[in-house]
Amino acid sequence: MRLIVALMLALFVTPLGAQTALPPAPYADRQIADPALERKAKALMETIRCLTCQSQSIADSGASMAGDMRSQIRERIMAGEQPEAIRDWLIARYGDWVSYEPTAAPILWPLWAAPVLLLGLGLLLLRGRIKRRKRA
Amino acid sequence: MDPRLRGDDGWFCRGIASMIAETGLAALWLAASLALLQLVLAFAGLKGGKPDLLAAVRPAAVAQGVLTAIAFASLITLFLRSDMSVLLVVTNSHSMKPWLYKFAGTWGNHEGSMLLWVTVMGVAGAAVALFERALQRNAHMATLGGQAAISLGFYAFLLFSSNPFARIDPAPADGQGLNPLLQDPGLAFHPPTLYLGYVGLSVAFSFAIGALLTRQVDAAFARAMRPWVLGAWVLLTLGITAGSYWAYYELGWGGWWFWDPVENASLMPWLAATALLHSVTVLATRDALRAWTVMLAVVAFSMSMVGTFLVRSGILTSVHAFAVDPTRGSFILGLLALYIGGALALFGWRIGSVREGAPFELVSRETMLVVNNLLLTVILGLVLIGTLYPLMTEAFGHKVSVGAPYFDRIAGPIALALMVAMAAGPLTRWRKDQARAVGKRLLIPLCIALLVSISLSLFAWGRIGILPFLGLVIAVAVGVSSLAPLWKRKLLRTPLFTYGMVVAHLGCAVSLAGMACDSAFTVEKLVAARPGDMIQTAGWSLRFRQIIPIAGDNWTALQADMDASRGGSSVLIRPQSRFFASPPTTTSEAALLTRWDGQLYVVLGEEVEGGRWQLRIWWKPFVTLIWLGGIMIALGGALALVGRERRGWLMKWRAREARR
Repeated sequence: MRLIVALMLALFVTPLGAQTALPPAPYADRQIADPALERKAKALMETIRCLTCQSQSIADSGASMAGDMRSQIRERIMAGEQPEAIRDWLIARYGDWVSYEPTAAPILWPLWAAPVLLLGLGLLLLRGRIKRRKRA
Repeated sequence: MDPRLRGDDGWFCRGIASMIAETGLAALWLAASLALLQLVLAFAGLKGGKPDLLAAVRPAAVAQGVLTAIAFASLITLFLRSDMSVLLVVTNSHSMKPWLYKFAGTWGNHEGSMLLWVTVMGVAGAAVALFERALQRNAHMATLGGQAAISLGFYAFLLFSSNPFARIDPAPADGQGLNPLLQDPGLAFHPPTLYLGYVGLSVAFSFAIGALLTRQVDAAFARAMRPWVLGAWVLLTLGITAGSYWAYYELGWGGWWFWDPVENASLMPWLAATALLHSVTVLATRDALRAWTVMLAVVAFSMSMVGTFLVRSGILTSVHAFAVDPTRGSFILGLLALYIGGALALFGWRIGSVREGAPFELVSRETMLVVNNLLLTVILGLVLIGTLYPLMTEAFGHKVSVGAPYFDRIAGPIALALMVAMAAGPLTRWRKDQARAVGKRLLIPLCIALLVSISLSLFAWGRIGILPFLGLVIAVAVGVSSLAPLWKRKLLRTPLFTYGMVVAHLGCAVSLAGMACDSAFTVEKLVAARPGDMIQTAGWSLRFRQIIPIAGDNWTALQADMDASRGGSSVLIRPQSRFFASPPTTTSEAALLTRWDGQLYVVLGEEVEGGRWQLRIWWKPFVTLIWLGGIMIALGGALALVGRERRGWLMKWRAREARR
């Protein structure tokens, strides 16, 4: 309980600290004790881009900024936040670029429509090639 | 006296060095001129119907192959001798590097890898000139003309914008070294295999051009093209498998595929080649899918060009640290537009004269193969769109990332559907079959799927995601059904290419099982430990003995000695953190302990306060199946290739015997 209170306090303090120096990152390489929460945090980390590396997620990166972000995510998950809320917070802070999962921004609608369109087009083409069942 | 010739080594050594570089460059220019000659001869000969012109096409192709080989051998020699009067050697090598990396470093850079491409293309062209016998003469000549036209673009690219033999004066004392991530035996193997595969697809493309130009899109064309497609596909499979394993152990984060744009660039030609491989079989066996097969040949080569463009142009930033240069990018983009545009124009112009084969019955092997082609093409389209989309939105000033969550969620289910089709396809007859009969043949795999899903639900419900769950179920069922084509057959009389198909399909199931196990059951442990500590994870005990400094050929390292045991006797594992001086870089060398049921993967991180060291430990159950499956797929392709070629050879031999 005291840990949680301490973490809550840390959470309130971090935004202030972030403006001046890098926030401390106690959970950069330390797992959450509860495996279920750690799984949740890890799944989210795998979909967040490391902003200072080339093409790596923060889960895979050794960069210090990635460590800070991992720590942030673990702390927020422990504080009971939902992964998608944390993703939204990260996007609000760093832009759509940070999320490997494309958002639902209008510019990305064609991306989500692509599978349906391609499959539909394929099936249409396929229909033309297959012999109609002859009437007996 | 030329100042370049006056050096500590004496003018004689400098003279030899100069000779090697200039020989390579001259060979390259000569080869380029021969390619031009080959194109003109083939075109004029076919147009005017002059057999004496056509007679010179084959020798031109063979000479070109020899000349490119000379050029490439020259560059390898320069790298092995660490000749610092050559710019490329200076920027990418260092005299203190182990010889294997000097050798492999020849193609671990932009210019060298493009020379490798051109060399493989030249040698493949020579092989087409020498050994191709199935095609009619004019289709053969048109194919060689097409090959020359493609080569010319790449020669121009090399000679005008990426000359590998450019000199530097005065020569510096030593080179700048090779990116340590590339200093790995993987470099000796991964790029050449991929390039061989790409070039094999370029030959298939040339066959398609030849067939379109001479209006001979038929079963003979398919049979002539098939070994090249199969060979290219085998090499692409091996190249991707090797690249994936290389990234897995070298980058030290335990992942084997990241949907990185460069990885996608190598996956797209493979997807197209896989589709082509199946459609060319329909064309060779049933003389159907003519236009589609030609189209796929164009798409497959286009994808290898697109891949090269993405990797070479520097338009993407990724972990693959090759030289990047936007001016070269526009050159390749020009080539890309020229070849793909030209091929599509030719396709549009000529395809009207290609008669489509007869339509299919709904339940038939042909339909199953078309479904295969459809799903593979859709996956290819999605990977292409997903890879290019961020570039497009960036042009509109909106930076986005499209990564694993998108590809897994979108391409994953389609790939699983493809696996199901793969189980049913070989059990469906050509021409016409009964749905009920196919269902009957699939009964045993279906029962097994049911059993696996029940036991998985009992054992791991709620712990594993839906995709890994389905992946495991489908992998087991498909693995069983992929063996079904061998049931009730005389095994000794079964043709080799049927075994090839069975092995390749089984390989897909094996690989899928590995992927599903890895994502479902991997156990990760992050820990900061002191020497002397004992670490427990996933049934393993690791005793952290000590940290010691060690030195290699061109690096120094900190090494953690650890005893790993699982019950019985313990094994010493040694993860390292390596420091390279030229260029200054740190890499982590993971320690991998392979057991029959998985791999223990240990990475040594940085020192944290209190004399403790950050360790990342993974137990990855059955992860090795991923690459074992990849090797099986390639082996299956190789068996099919040998089987088909041997059958063709036997039939010819029997025909000759019968005539006697």
